[in-house]
Amino acid sequence: MARELLKGNVAFAEAAIRAGCEAYFGYPITPQTEALEHMAVRMPELGRTFVQAESEVAAINMVYGAAAAGVRTMTSSSSPGVSLMMEGLSYMAGSEVPAVVVDVMRGGPGLGNIAPAQSDYTQMVKGGGHGDYRQIVLAPASVQELIDHTVLAFDLADRYRIVSVVLADGSLGQMMEGAELPAMRPPRAADASPAWALSGAKERDTNLISSIHLDPDEEERFNHHLQAKYAAIEAAEIRHEEHLLDDASIAVVAFGTAARLVKTAIAGERAAGVAVGLFRPITLWPFPTDALRDLSERVEAILVVEMNMGQMLEDVQRVVAERCPVGFFGRTGGVMPMPEEIAARIRALATQLGAAVSDAPEEVRT
Amino acid sequence: MTFDLIIAGFGGQGVLFAGQLLAHAALDAGLETTWYPSYGPEMRGGTANCTVVISDAPIGSPITERPQAAIVMNLPSLVRYEPLVRPGGVLVVNTSLIDRAVERVDIDAIAIPADDVAAELGNPKLTNMVLLGALLARTSALTTAQVGATLERVLPARHHHLLGANHAALARGAELATEAAARNATPTA
Repeated sequence: MARELLKGNVAFAEAAIRAGCEAYFGYPITPQTEALEHMAVRMPELGRTFVQAESEVAAINMVYGAAAAGVRTMTSSSSPGVSLMMEGLSYMAGSEVPAVVVDVMRGGPGLGNIAPAQSDYTQMVKGGGHGDYRQIVLAPASVQELIDHTVLAFDLADRYRIVSVVLADGSLGQMMEGAELPAMRPPRAADASPAWALSGAKERDTNLISSIHLDPDEEERFNHHLQAKYAAIEAAEIRHEEHLLDDASIAVVAFGTAARLVKTAIAGERAAGVAVGLFRPITLWPFPTDALRDLSERVEAILVVEMNMGQMLEDVQRVVAERCPVGFFGRTGGVMPMPEEIAARIRALATQLGAAVSDAPEEVRT
Repeated sequence: MTFDLIIAGFGGQGVLFAGQLLAHAALDAGLETTWYPSYGPEMRGGTANCTVVISDAPIGSPITERPQAAIVMNLPSLVRYEPLVRPGGVLVVNTSLIDRAVERVDIDAIAIPADDVAAELGNPKLTNMVLLGALLARTSALTTAQVGATLERVLPARHHHLLGANHAALARGAELATEAAARNATPTA
């Protein structure tokens, strides 16, 4: 496949199709509607299911139903729409059905606006719906990763019978970038339905997909089963990127779009002699706890940069504990932190640490 | 090499398409590129802009506070972006719709009456191509020939009868920019 100029929303929709998505249910909301539009055209073309539901509540419950039937399924939305899906996501966790959700985050709370934000971190990483549950959360930082993470999200969802979330933001959804789509996977055979799925119980025992366990002891046992599964995911599926950290005295921790803004800031600061690098969690859950703890023993200070008021910051503080100081810089409400202002925070930290810094940084950007 | 550009004007002037064409051309040239649009309510009848970054290395930020170049197609865009272009950068101004002169003297300001030029070429929709041609003549990121070739690839076949006019618009814009730059370089008595 050749690299082509692709808009993020179209790219992840097409990637989902090529990853074998058999049914898409959604409701339009800016800034992700192009995904729904793409699905509306492509899915019927391929003889697959596309439904524009009457609301996000309906859409997620259609996903729940399709997933219970063993169908590869997904939805996509943006922050206010995703909030409406929380009950469904909790039920799906409680029923252990696999599905993919793409959240193209926008400014909030409430109706907010349509500009890029990262303020659904806590909602998606910590729960959002009720109960002790987890979902795998992937944080792409480019259109290519938006594609790759969507494919990975389907595979992880199937492997662990879990909901996988691709946590993007309005800028990733709206921007165009050179990227390569994967080859189209052949459709699953009609009899390839998972053994647990509600695929018709002729000549076999019945399956039950449910999140109800009226007996507290039984519910507790089920929760322990979930926790064991989550531990297995934490042991096998953590992903992160380290950029220019080998000799760094300052590490910036950022995910998604914030991380690529940080990379530009870092290029400028490196040119001015500041030993700064980037630690980028790619899976927000499972969180790269061990790698970050190791890092906090090597660097003198950490700066967390987010497009929210410090949601991942809480996880970084928990992991780093008192090993090194943790600073924070965030813009919120749909405002993106400009590389120049991130660079100023890095510079201030470097000066505080007494690093030798040249006065006139070259105008470098990547 | 990293080059960043903002194109701004009214919705409907071809602001977003001009940027996309440039991004396609960058990709065709084997470079990295990002195209980032303004999106949302302000696009409906209001202002539109997009940021294009072109680089020979992976691109970090797709947005910029201080672009190396800007094309401004209406007065609000001039007011907004004139102060932001980096010193030594290029500002291409559509003087058909902007009657105020560029105040800064530390940038390469190129005045092009692009709507009038497009009308002379027979199609008012060519304004964006005239201005893009002007920009390409004053920057080294890509050539008008590269962008012209890309246009042929990305323009849907049903519009291919317009290719000639688009090539002419790019060329005319480049020609006028070269003349304007020569005028800028000659001190007036």
